[in-house]
Amino acid sequence: MAPKQRTPKVSRNPDLVRGVGKYSRSKMYHKRGLWAIKAKNGGVFPRHDAQPKAPPPAAKAPKFYPADDVKKPLVNKRKPKPTKLRASITPGTVLIILSGRFMGKRVVFLKQLSSGLLLVTGPFKINGVPLRRVNQSYVIATSTKVDISGLNVDKFDDKYFAKEVQKKKKKGEGEFFEAENEEKNVLPQEKKEEQKAVDTALIKSIEAVPDLKAYLAASSLQSFACYSLERGCT
Amino acid sequence: RLVPPSHSVSTPSDPRKNKMPFRRFVEIGRVALVNYGKEYGRLVVIVDVVDQNRALVDAPDMVRTQMNLKRLSLTDIKIDIKRVPKKKTLVEAMEAADVKNKWESSSWGRKLIVQKRRASLNDFDRFKIMLAKIKRAGIVRQELAKLKKESAA
Repeated sequence: MAPKQRTPKVSRNPDLVRGVGKYSRSKMYHKRGLWAIKAKNGGVFPRHDAQPKAPPPAAKAPKFYPADDVKKPLVNKRKPKPTKLRASITPGTVLIILSGRFMGKRVVFLKQLSSGLLLVTGPFKINGVPLRRVNQSYVIATSTKVDISGLNVDKFDDKYFAKEVQKKKKKGEGEFFEAENEEKNVLPQEKKEEQKAVDTALIKSIEAVPDLKAYLAASSLQSFACYSLERGCT
Repeated sequence: RLVPPSHSVSTPSDPRKNKMPFRRFVEIGRVALVNYGKEYGRLVVIVDVVDQNRALVDAPDMVRTQMNLKRLSLTDIKIDIKRVPKKKTLVEAMEAADVKNKWESSSWGRKLIVQKRRASLNDFDRFKIMLAKIKRAGIVRQELAKLKKESAA
């Protein structure tokens, strides 16, 4: 039920001094019109008795009583904010991946997804990193930028990367060994096409810069000399 | 070293100074490099001497301040100014003596420029340098192989 719009309460009894009103109790009785309220109600103040409430529906006795008193967790109304993207990471930045399968690879950053993860591509042809999600914490942002203006990455979001839900198969004795061989994960052709579509435009802008292609193809693990403590890596 | 140096920049005209083992002197007009403190790395001109340890220094883009001489590394360059010149006069004298170019072509100045460049390198820059070094080494090795062949023949 929406709360009624109330005008803010204005006191009819101005303060002479803090704690001392101008009008006495009897004067205030008259000013507030309590006499009129009484008169309307036949000499007494109107009573608002509690309305008879509808009886609550009969609840069944629960099947299960917990053995000990279970503590109720406190109410949590926190809404998580989207991950803040580091200022050094802008679309087209070359990132160095620090962990996982592609540790040491230099990749191009495309955009930040709604889950906060970064959408990134090798490009696949150059260093074998496909369109992939990467966490910002496991990434070093270099100051090298690639021109990404011709690229449209709107259709990639977290749902694109969701694992396909496998229907549960009932395990029969004979089927067990065959089923293992069947369930190989082949990347659907359309995903390969989408990868190519993104990469061709990207590779063009990469080849415009001398040595950039070789840079992306190389792994940073070969030369860790730059990662000194005092300077970090630009 | 009893033989006076051949290039005239650091040979003082004062005959007494000529015989000393020191070649760079704290004098008015001496260009120095600040080697400590907030103004680290700046080229300044000594414009007056305060006392045994301190000098008044000035540069075109700096407020004139006093500095302890320990903070200054003297260079070979000296310009022609009178004691405590006006800023405009100082700038003109520096242009006339071509301090900037002399500094940047000196081996000390060049070294500092290279150091600065190296410190500001990008990861991509370092990669490009690696490629260039490999290329250069390859060329050198080729030449060496050629020379070896010739000498063996």
